[in-house]
Amino acid sequence: MTTILDPTSERTVATRERLARPSSLEGKVVGLLDISKPRGDVFLDRLEQRLVSVGATVRRFKKPTFTKPAPVDLRHEISTQCDVVIEALAD
Amino acid sequence: MSAATLRPTLPDGVVAVVKRGCPTCELVAPVLRQLREAGVPLTVYTQDDPAFPEGTDPVDDTSLAMSWHHDIDTVPTLLRVFGGAEEARTEGWHRQRWEGLTGVSGLGEGLPETRPGCGSLSVDPNLAGELAVRFTGSRLRSRRIELAALEDEMEALFDRGWTDGLPVVPPTEARVLRMLEGTTREPDDVVAVAPPDLAPVTVEKVAVNAVMAGCKPEYLPVVLAAVEAACTDEFNIHGVLATTMPVGPVIIVNGPVRRRIGMNAGVNVLGQGNRANLTIGRALQLVIRNVGGGRPGEVDRAAHGNPGKLSFCFPEDEEGSPWEPLSVARGFAPGADVVTLFPGEGPRCVVDQASRDPESLASSLASALRTLHHPKLVLGFDAILVVGPEHARVFRDAGWGRAEVLAAIHERLTIPGSELVRGAGGIAEGVPEHLAAATLTKFRPGGLLLVHAGGGAGLFSAIIGGWANGAVGSQPTSREITR
Repeated sequence: MTTILDPTSERTVATRERLARPSSLEGKVVGLLDISKPRGDVFLDRLEQRLVSVGATVRRFKKPTFTKPAPVDLRHEISTQCDVVIEALAD
Repeated sequence: MSAATLRPTLPDGVVAVVKRGCPTCELVAPVLRQLREAGVPLTVYTQDDPAFPEGTDPVDDTSLAMSWHHDIDTVPTLLRVFGGAEEARTEGWHRQRWEGLTGVSGLGEGLPETRPGCGSLSVDPNLAGELAVRFTGSRLRSRRIELAALEDEMEALFDRGWTDGLPVVPPTEARVLRMLEGTTREPDDVVAVAPPDLAPVTVEKVAVNAVMAGCKPEYLPVVLAAVEAACTDEFNIHGVLATTMPVGPVIIVNGPVRRRIGMNAGVNVLGQGNRANLTIGRALQLVIRNVGGGRPGEVDRAAHGNPGKLSFCFPEDEEGSPWEPLSVARGFAPGADVVTLFPGEGPRCVVDQASRDPESLASSLASALRTLHHPKLVLGFDAILVVGPEHARVFRDAGWGRAEVLAAIHERLTIPGSELVRGAGGIAEGVPEHLAAATLTKFRPGGLLLVHAGGGAGLFSAIIGGWANGAVGSQPTSREITR
């Protein structure tokens, strides 16, 4: 029998329930996160028009760069200000 | 700490450590009996046969705990102990010293004056790994995984998802402890926080993965420096891993450590065959995979990847270089051991067998560099130019330093925006139209790294293309290597 050492971080991933999807976006605050990929803003501009037309309030956010995870402060800002968030990946 | 880890206290008086398998110990057995008869408070520890030597009431040290913890190298060893502390030690049989240490004269009548001892079992190379695990294994915090008797070790590691697609060396406690001898750092010292899971990486976890990669202990400090450099915001291994582009961490090593650990900077420098080159790069990638949780198809989204993502590490040929080492050009002291990490794709060859003057060669290299990623895309990507010795000779003969070579290449890669904009040349790809009137350079300042390496024959150089550069993506990142 061979005993070996675990090469991983040995972390167990916490699973969290997703929030229930809202039945309507009317009156909700929708965050639009631009990850700073080229032309992501084009996609988000159009989404904003559509969302406003169904009665949602839109807040725009932007990551400093698409290559790194969103900064903690930005994630906190989005989570405290929005009911829903949409993240755009575009090229 | 487990019982095995605790250092047993020596009894006061005279202590002898012996083994039956040692002729000198057999020789001194009557002397030990003589000491007891003389009323000396003597304790005899025996390493192999608990009954040996007869008539001395020996204490069983077949576990070797006493011998190991008190650094017994030779048997017989005679110690004088007071208040639990060692006051005097003599090894082998040496009448005068034995008499001095015990205060008893006339010892061992008929024996030779001196006789060298034998090796202690506690330093037997065949037992070194097992004993290290027994007495220091509790330093290791990693979870122990017992592989079943019928489980194939190699297959077990594949099955658990811990390999890069090639077999790995099973990281047993003995191997990991041996690996840790390569550094002065404590096993629980945190080296970095590894993306994408943002998991703390300890020296021990690096050692485990370095064992798996096939490293020798003396490579460990290089791996530690590479892990530290990779996991900085500056290098951004998260982005390097996650990108759809084919890049991975490329490690360039400078300093005396290259030769000390036997790295290859010459023939086939970027290829197979050298253990240090290959396993150091592999160890870094295994750390990112296993500790960081970065796996292909998950956070690693590369469209194609490249074979260098298994391992890509090479040293600069400083001795044959016309220039100061890359590390010195980047601000480190001459003689410092340094790793420089670069987010790179696979290398491609530049052939120029005709240029004998530096202007012509610079033009050749520049025209090949222009095509990097796309001939119409500029400024966004860095590159390494690995200048082969035969190309470097052309620059050396002309007295061109790093600065002159870089300036000549940059000059040749200063391009009118009108050639680069989208649509120009019938190619949709390119820079935005508003740059049509601008003059652009292929590389940003500092975006081209020159490294001297390769075999002595062949008028070739190699280009290693980079990835999104600067604050947006990744900066070439250097760290000093310390033991």
